[in-house]
Amino acid sequence: MLLIDCPYCGKRPETEFRCGGQAHIARPTDPSALSDADWSEHLFVRANPRGVHAERWNHIHGCGRWFNALRDTVSDRFIETYPVGSEPTTGSHPSQGTEPTRSTQTETRA
Amino acid sequence: MLEVRYRTARTRPLARATLPAALDPGLTIRPAEAGARFSLRVRKATGTVAGLPLDGPINSLAGDDARWIARLGPDEWLIGTSETEADALAAAVASDLAGTAHALVDVSHRNVGIDVSGAKSAILLNAGCPLDLGDTAFPSGSATRTLLGKAEIVLIRWPGATPRYRVECWRSFATYVHGFLVEAGLGTTAPSKAA
Ligand SMILES: [Zn+2]
Repeated sequence: MLLIDCPYCGKRPETEFRCGGQAHIARPTDPSALSDADWSEHLFVRANPRGVHAERWNHIHGCGRWFNALRDTVSDRFIETYPVGSEPTTGSHPSQGTEPTRSTQTETRA
Repeated sequence: MLEVRYRTARTRPLARATLPAALDPGLTIRPAEAGARFSLRVRKATGTVAGLPLDGPINSLAGDDARWIARLGPDEWLIGTSETEADALAAAVASDLAGTAHALVDVSHRNVGIDVSGAKSAILLNAGCPLDLGDTAFPSGSATRTLLGKAEIVLIRWPGATPRYRVECWRSFATYVHGFLVEAGLGTTAPSKAA
């Protein structure tokens, strides 16, 4: 079984966790100033990279806490887990040499 | 009269639970006595409440069989005691945490305990629990929320050398969890060879 390293509980079985989608999405400080297109981009559009992805995970059947994880979507390998509000120490993926996908802007998806 | 005819007596969950004769002799599965349980949430994980420590490691147990506290997360604890002590414990916690933002919720009627003991307890529990229950990964004095089959449980391993576990589940899951354990208990013995 895949073990996920909860920052609070240590390595625990995958079935105790729930994925919460892409991490590090900043809510616009003034939503009313946004155009409909930009607002829908924030609400609905997420990256779907082939490679390293920063995701939110919840240890729902354990300590109940949310945390962030860097996961390679190709190999399903968890590269790193870290508490909410902090940054990963692993900068890039060796094969890509890029930062994990964290933007939802249209140009980065193109 | 109507009131008499329809008067309901409080029935304890698992009051009618039975054990099959074929259960492994090295195992005991027994519904625990009714008791009081409290869910405590507070940011400050220092000091004690009602004589029970808050600063233990996450997923550890403190206290004894009669009065225990399990740290389930950075800011969450499950406290157990006898029904007669419930009011005193709640008052003690409230006075110890006076001035600190906290939530103490009585979940006594939500939780049902099942005691599992015997040498093969870990094998039995691993029939539905994905955790590593070896002595290194889950030593005595451990306590955590986890899964058993399809139900969420809190699993406690009491202090002491002999393996004794407590499975705490929600009342509505109790028949499922008890049935799951009993059925798993039938499978811990190697099947006898056909003659
Ligand atoms: Zn956890």
